[in-house]
Amino acid sequence: MAQNDENGTRRDFLFYATGGTAAVGTGAAVWPLINQMNPSADVKALASIRVDISEIEPGTQLTVKWLGKPVFIRRRTETEIEEAQNVNLDDLLDNAARNDNIAEASADDQNRSLDENGEWLVMMGVCTHLGCVPLGDGAGEYNGWFCPCHGSHYDTAGRIRKGPAPENLAVPKAVFVDDSTIKLG
Amino acid sequence: MAGIPHDHYKPGSKGEKWLHSRLPIVGLLYDTLMIPTPKNLNWMWIWGIVLTFCLALQIITGIVLAMHYTPHVDEAFASVEHIMRNVNGGHMLRYLHANGASLFFIAVYCHIFRGLYYGSYKAPREVTWIIGMLIYLLMMGTAFMGYVLPWGQMSFWGATVITGLFGAIPFIGDALQTLLLGGPAVDNATLNRFFSLHYLFPFLIAGLVIVHIWAFHTTGNNNPTGVEVRRTSKEEAEKDTVPFWPYFVIKDLFALAVILVVFFAVVGFMPNYLGHPDNYIEANPLATPAHIVPEWYFLPFYAILRAFTADVWVVMIVSFFTGGIIDAKFFGVLAMFGAILVMALAPWLDTSSVRSARYRPMLKLWFAILVFDFFFLMWLGAMPAEEPYASLSLIASTYWFAYFLVILPLLGVLEKPLPQPKTIEEDFNKSHAKKPTIEPSPPAEVPAE
Repeated sequence: MAQNDENGTRRDFLFYATGGTAAVGTGAAVWPLINQMNPSADVKALASIRVDISEIEPGTQLTVKWLGKPVFIRRRTETEIEEAQNVNLDDLLDNAARNDNIAEASADDQNRSLDENGEWLVMMGVCTHLGCVPLGDGAGEYNGWFCPCHGSHYDTAGRIRKGPAPENLAVPKAVFVDDSTIKLG
Repeated sequence: MAGIPHDHYKPGSKGEKWLHSRLPIVGLLYDTLMIPTPKNLNWMWIWGIVLTFCLALQIITGIVLAMHYTPHVDEAFASVEHIMRNVNGGHMLRYLHANGASLFFIAVYCHIFRGLYYGSYKAPREVTWIIGMLIYLLMMGTAFMGYVLPWGQMSFWGATVITGLFGAIPFIGDALQTLLLGGPAVDNATLNRFFSLHYLFPFLIAGLVIVHIWAFHTTGNNNPTGVEVRRTSKEEAEKDTVPFWPYFVIKDLFALAVILVVFFAVVGFMPNYLGHPDNYIEANPLATPAHIVPEWYFLPFYAILRAFTADVWVVMIVSFFTGGIIDAKFFGVLAMFGAILVMALAPWLDTSSVRSARYRPMLKLWFAILVFDFFFLMWLGAMPAEEPYASLSLIASTYWFAYFLVILPLLGVLEKPLPQPKTIEEDFNKSHAKKPTIEPSPPAEVPAE
C-alpha cells in the first residue's frame, strides 16, 4: 500500500477517515450510556441536609440517614469527653483525624469533635472494616461504639482501638448553621 | 462440524432440499445432535445437560416472576411477598427460581472439577475452558444481583459489602463504586439497574453456551481416558464413538431425572434450607444484621477474600513495594479474582503430557486435596472472621493457589504417568464387553475408575 499514486492515497485517506469517524462516533454513543449510571440530579440534590439537634440531651445519640448511610450525632457527657481527651495518642491504631472539615491532622479529640468544647461528635455510622453499622451508647470495651459484624471497638471519640477495622470512623463535612441546627455536607 | 469423521445430514424430501439450499439449519441441528461422542463417558459427563436445563429453568421462571415483581425500594420486598401469597402458584415459581440457582451452581462446580480431573482444559480444548470460565463469572454476577432483588437485609448488606470491593480498587475505586451504585450508597438506583442486568445476563450466558458447545464440538469431547478419538477414517472413529442422539441424550436425561427428584424434594419440603432467615426482614440501611454471609456458592471465594488481612506477610510486602497502593482490602479483592484467574489459566500451567488424572498417580492425590480444600474454604467462608478461622482460611487459600501455580507446573516434570490405553475402544472393552463383539454392549454402568 506504499504506492503514492492517486488511488492509493485516496483509499488510505478514506480508510483512516472512516476509522476515525467510527471511533469517535462509538465513543460519543457509548459515553451517555455509561454516564446515565452515575448519580441522577435528585440523588445529588440530597447531598446536603440540615438536622435539628435541639432535642438531643447529653449522653444520647441521634442517627440520621444522609447519602444513604447513617450519621451518628452524639452529644457527649463530661466523662466521655474527658475519657477521649486523656487517651495517649501512641495507643491509637489509626493516628489520623479522618475529619473532612480540617486538613490532615493527628487523631486528637479536638480534631475529631465539631465544637470547641468537644460536646458534639458527628461521624459516619459506617464501620471502616466492611461497612456495617456499629452499635452505640457506650458499647464495646472502650465505651464508645462496637461493630457486631467482626468485633471492632471504637472509643468515645469514634477512634478504632481494637479489631479488624483499619481506620477511625469518618467525620463528614458538617457545620453549625445556628445553635440548634447542623448542616451535613 | 466436528473434526471426527461421521455421516452428515442429507436432505431427503423436496421440501428439505428446498430449505437446505437456502438455510442449512436442519443440517446444523442434525450434525450437532448426532455428533460422535466417545462411548466410554462416565456419569461425570452428565452435568452439561443439567446446566442447560438449569439455564432454561432460570430464564423461564425468571421471566414469569418479573411479571409480578416491582423493582423499587418501597415495594420490592412487598412485591416478593405478593408473589409468595397472592400470585397463583407464585410461591412455587419463586422457590424453583431461588433453589434453581443452587442447583445451577452444584452442577457447574461438578462440571468444572470434572474438567480439572480429566484434563478437559488441556490442548486443544483451551478455548472451551476459557469460555466456560467466562460463563461461570457471568453466573456469579447474575446470582449476586438476583439475590439483591428481594430487598431483604441480606440482599442489602450483601450488596453493600460486595460493591464495596470495587471501592477498594486504587485511584478509580470510589468513582467506579458510585457509578455501579448510582449514588453514594445502595439505594433505589442500585436496585433498578441490578434488576435490568439480572434480566440481561442470562441471555449473554445463553449466547456463550452456544459458543462453548461449538468449541468442544470442533475439538470433540474429552473422555475419562483423555485419549483422543481416532479420526483417520470413519470406520475407526465409529469404534471409539457412538452418536450423541440417542445414546447420551437418554443417559443424560435419566441422570437429570434422578437429580430432579432430589431437587423437587428440596423445593417442595425444605425450600428455605439454603437461604438466610435475615432476608425475610426488609432491608434497613440503618441496622446491620449480626452476621453477613453470602450464599453458599460464593463462600469459598469469600473465604479467600477475607483471608488476606493486613497482618499477613505477603500482604505487608506487596503493600510496602507498591507504596500502599495495594492495601489489605485491595489485596483480598485481587486474591478472590485471582483464584478464578489461576483456574482459567490451568491449560498453560499444567505441563504434563498426560491428560487424564486416571493415569497420573500424583495428581490424583493433589486433586483430592484440592476438592477437600474447596469444601473446607466453603465452610470457613461461613464462619465469623476470627481465630482460628482466619489462619485456617489463609492456609486453605494458599493451597488453592499452590495447586495451580506450583503443583500443576511441577508435576509434569516430577510425575511418572501410568500406561494409557491406546484407544477409547480398548478402554471401553476392558470394562464393558467381555468378549470382543460388534454387537452393542450391555447397558452401560459406570466405567471402572
